[in-house]
Amino acid sequence: MTVLLVALGAAVGAPLRFLVDRAVQSRHDTVFPWGTLTVNAIGSTILGFLAAAPVSGPVMTLLGTGFCGALTTYSTFGYETVRLARDGATAYALLNALGSVAAGLGAAWCGMAVALALAP
Amino acid sequence: MSDARRTSGARSPAGSGAAPRPAGSAAAPRPARQPEPWVRRVPWATLGAISLGGAFGALARFGITRAMPHPPGGFAWATWLINVTGCLLIGLLMVAITEAWRVHRLVRPFLGIGVLGGYTTFSTYVVDTQKALEAGAARTALAYLGGTLVAALLATYAGERLGRLVFVTWRSRREERR
Repeated sequence: MTVLLVALGAAVGAPLRFLVDRAVQSRHDTVFPWGTLTVNAIGSTILGFLAAAPVSGPVMTLLGTGFCGALTTYSTFGYETVRLARDGATAYALLNALGSVAAGLGAAWCGMAVALALAP
Repeated sequence: MSDARRTSGARSPAGSGAAPRPAGSAAAPRPARQPEPWVRRVPWATLGAISLGGAFGALARFGITRAMPHPPGGFAWATWLINVTGCLLIGLLMVAITEAWRVHRLVRPFLGIGVLGGYTTFSTYVVDTQKALEAGAARTALAYLGGTLVAALLATYAGERLGRLVFVTWRSRREERR
């Protein structure tokens, strides 16, 4: 059952990452990977919210482990950062690495803050 | 920040730029306003491959996380291992399918965006860091935050180098023999 929830959440999260990334990347003309930064920030916000909200185990498995885990990605983030550095855009690579971490932490913090504010 | 403009072929990494922009006029004689390309042509096969791959990747992540639990405020070794190995594998994969072999068009969505994207996670990485901070383990949080970033980027680079060494060399040797 738990395994099914993980698979189901990921089966939705992963293609959604692709669609959001494509939508974002088609709307700007720079080499900066805004798409991956966007999905990672969105996923971190949702997981931050879930971590602080009183959600049940199965909901956390479906939305946290499955959906948020697959919506966000470290491999694409790593690949894009290394590619920027390799292509000579070292400043962008550094900005992407530190900016993504800062954005993710900030986003997760916001999600937690919202969950705590809504708590009765 | 010299090369701020995107060069034609260099779209997003694990393949999000797979669908080329349609040329426009030749295919569509109607003067009606066209919606955005990504809305107009939903790549169902690609989405299916990503969805399936994502489920497999997430299950692998779930299995490793279950096998290597960490105490509250402890170093999340399972997620560290997942993200670092996922980065090594994306480096290997991208060299294999862009420099060494021509592969089916769904291989990259399935393995790169699906399996490895579903396997690695950014959200758990940041939330684990904040949980360690909340538990009062600031040193662990910082070591985990920086340790994952540095190891993952080095692993991506190592994966690319290793991929070139193994796949590209092996392929060119085979071609020389023909």
